[in-house]
Order: sequence, then C-alpha cells, then structure tokens
Amino acid sequence: MTQPLLTATGLGRLVDERWLWRDLDLALAPGETLAITGGSGSGKTLLLRALGGLDPLDAGEVALDGRSQDAWPMPDYRARVRYLPQRPVTIEGSVEDGLRFAFGLRVHRGAAYSRSRALDLLGRVGRDERFLEARAASLSGGEAQLLAVVRALLLPPRVLLLDEPTASLDDATARDVEALVADWLAGTDDRAVVWTSHRDEQLARVSRRRLELGGPA
Amino acid sequence: MNDVAYLRIDLLQLTLAAGLIAVNVGLSWALRLGLGRSLVIASARMSSQLLLVGLVLDWVFALNDPLPVLGVAMVMATLAAVSAVQRTRRRFAGVYWDAFVSVVGAAFVVTGAAVVGILRVEPWFEAQYTIPLLGMVLGNVLNGISLALDRFTEGVVARRELIETYLSLGATRWEAAHELVRDALRVGMIPTINSMMVMGVVSLPGMMTGQILAGAAPADAVRYQIVIVFMIAAAAALGGTGVTLLAFRRLFDTRHRLRSDRLRVVPRR
Repeated sequence: MTQPLLTATGLGRLVDERWLWRDLDLALAPGETLAITGGSGSGKTLLLRALGGLDPLDAGEVALDGRSQDAWPMPDYRARVRYLPQRPVTIEGSVEDGLRFAFGLRVHRGAAYSRSRALDLLGRVGRDERFLEARAASLSGGEAQLLAVVRALLLPPRVLLLDEPTASLDDATARDVEALVADWLAGTDDRAVVWTSHRDEQLARVSRRRLELGGPA
Repeated sequence: MNDVAYLRIDLLQLTLAAGLIAVNVGLSWALRLGLGRSLVIASARMSSQLLLVGLVLDWVFALNDPLPVLGVAMVMATLAAVSAVQRTRRRFAGVYWDAFVSVVGAAFVVTGAAVVGILRVEPWFEAQYTIPLLGMVLGNVLNGISLALDRFTEGVVARRELIETYLSLGATRWEAAHELVRDALRVGMIPTINSMMVMGVVSLPGMMTGQILAGAAPADAVRYQIVIVFMIAAAAALGGTGVTLLAFRRLFDTRHRLRSDRLRVVPRR
C-alpha cells in the first residue's frame, strides 16, 4: 500500500467548550477524492480549515507526506495543501491581477504566471479573455468560485480542500468544474482532493469514499 | 513669586470662567440634548484634575530630584496608554501592555533625546522642561497609537477573508498583513502632518500661546513650538509603529495564522 498523502489522527475541535468533532482519523491516499458530509453546523468547514492549517487544533495531529503540520513551515505547507472557502473573496483589481498576485509570494518564487495557461483553464469552465480583464469586484458569487479554482490550479497544490466549490454555480458549470478538478487529479499520481457539497449526486460523482460528520451531540 | 510677568488668576476669576459652561448647559437644556449631566461632570473633573496636577507639579518642582520626576512621568505614560486603548473598540489580551510599551518607548526616547541632545537641559531631570515636554509628546503619542491600533484591528476584522485568502495561497503572515500595517501607520501619522500644515496660520498652538502669556518673547516661543512639533511627529510615528507591530504579533501567530478569535468587541467610551 502506498503511503497516504495527508493524514489526520485524533483530531478534535472545540467550539464554545463543546467538541464539534473529536477523535477524528482520516487518511487520504494519492489519487483519491474524499467527500465530507454532514448537516449544517457539523463542522465541515472547520475540518477543512484545520487540514489547511488555518485554525489551531484543539486535539490531534495533521501530517503531510508523513511529516507533521507543525514541522512544516506554514507557507510551504499551505502551498501544498490549499483550502478554498465556500465564498471566495477576490483580490482587488482585474481578475488577471488577482491570478498574478500569488506568483509574487515568496513561497512561489521561481513560478511564473502564464496567461495562456490561465486562459486554458478558464476555457474549460466556459470563460474567455474578457473574464481575465473583468474587474474582480464585479464578479458574481459563482464566478468568484471559478476564479478561486483556477487560481488554485495555476499554482498546483498536492491536496485541494474544496468547501462547496460549486455552491453558487449552475449544474452545467458545476460539471465543468468537476471535470477540471478530476483532470488535475489525474495529472500526476501524488495529488488528492477533499470535497464538501450539499449536492449528494455531486459527491457520488466525484468520490467513492465518504466521511460523515455527526454534528453536535 | 509676586514679580511674575503675567496676570495671576484668583479663585473668583476661576469661578467667573466656569460660568462660561452655562452656555453649553443652556444650549443642552433648550435643545434637549441631554448633555447637562455630562457637561457638569466633565467640567468638575477637568477643574479638579488640573488643580490637583498643579499641586503635584509644584511639589515635584520644589523637590528637584530625578526620582519624583520619573515617577510622575511613568504615571502620565500609564494613563496615556490606558486612554489610547480605551478609544479603540476591538481589544485583545495584552493590548494594554502593548500600548504601554509603545507609549513609554516612543515618548521617553524622543523626549529624552530632545531634552539631553537638543535643548541640553541641565540637569536632565529639570522638571520645568521634562514634564511639560513629555506631557505634550504623550498627548500626541496617545492619539497616534489609538488611531493606528483602531485602524489595524478594524482592518483585521473587515479584511479577514482576504487575509486568509493570501495565507491559504502560501503567504507568510507578513506578506498577508503588511498592507494593513502600512494603512495603520499612515492613519497614525496623518494628524501630525495635518496639524503641521496649518500651524501658525489657522491654529496658534497651546504651548506657544502659554509661553507668550507667561511673558516669553514670541520669537522664542515659536522656536520652542518648532522643537516640540518635531518631537511630536517623531514620537507619534514611533508609537504608532510600535503598537501596530506588537498588535500584528498578537493577531498573526508564528504559524502564520490569523487569530481574529483573539479580538473581542468592547463598547467605545
């Protein structure tokens, strides 16, 4: 068996002095898409944020490539394990400015922004050059989600943590995003995805394994 | 003490001046502003605080010893730090300490440098110079610190999602926060720049006015004013920078996480 890409052991999260979830274990194998389900308030978002290293953990440990999250320099970790929020915010300026921004960060030095690569990815979700030149502030919620997915894939991480990535998209575009993510996943054999969604049939399409969060007991 | 170069104010005259507050009270009453009580309390506080400070300073001046001067300076700095924090709406654990460190760092360094290096007061603790200069500097550091702190903490909350987007793209905490830090520093320094622009044209600064009333030649008073304005500018910049960087360290942890959970809202006084 291959070594898991991302593991969580004994994970716990306290909210208002109650355990939202605890003793949570998961292992994400390369090439795998894991679906996280659970009702509203069950802590799906907080789990993804914990895996992405954005919140402190109240219990347990997360490891990438067998190396504890605490041992990774966080910018390097987050460049590999990328969290996409349900309502992504856009960076000021044009859409293209927002895409370029991440290439200026120290952790991505050496990577260069490529317009043709961005257009290529945008084409997969039915958007063209005009989208690149649009003002980011004028995007709809769904378009901001598309932008966030494209922004993530331009600087490919190892693990994508997708929090309701198509919640504001129509069915056809949602399917485009699924295909785009699936192709990225198949691109090399050391990538994985964690996906939450309220659309059951979507989760059935993208993943074969589910983790159900119980919600507040 | 009778050969001073200015008119002394006796108690009857003070009482007459206090009568001026009747203008405010009358307006509040006629227009139902509901400020009567606050006006009376504020007037009483102002008068008693100042009369008390006058007594304390008379005593400190007479002692001519560095320790009481330093003691008064520390009390003033503490009060400035507390007031600076109380003007902000969002607080975090340790904010009073951060404000105190910034106030003391900025005001003492700048006042010390000016008293020893520029004005060459001897001895350095000569209360006639250090206390009023420090007081002027503290008042402005307080302002700079509270503005910078307020801007930074409000910015953290208002732009939380954007900051986390930067962080999740792999930004370091500094890469994610430096725009906010810069904003806060600008806001902290702007009042100084604005007041320098109009000084002497629109506003006649209080200290200069005071020296002229006390019999100093206007040309000398103006020079003191120039020195003090540069002191204020430097100290406000130092204080604002200090408190913003300290707040940055509290609200962005070493794991490059935004800790907006450490902020709580307190009603502004």
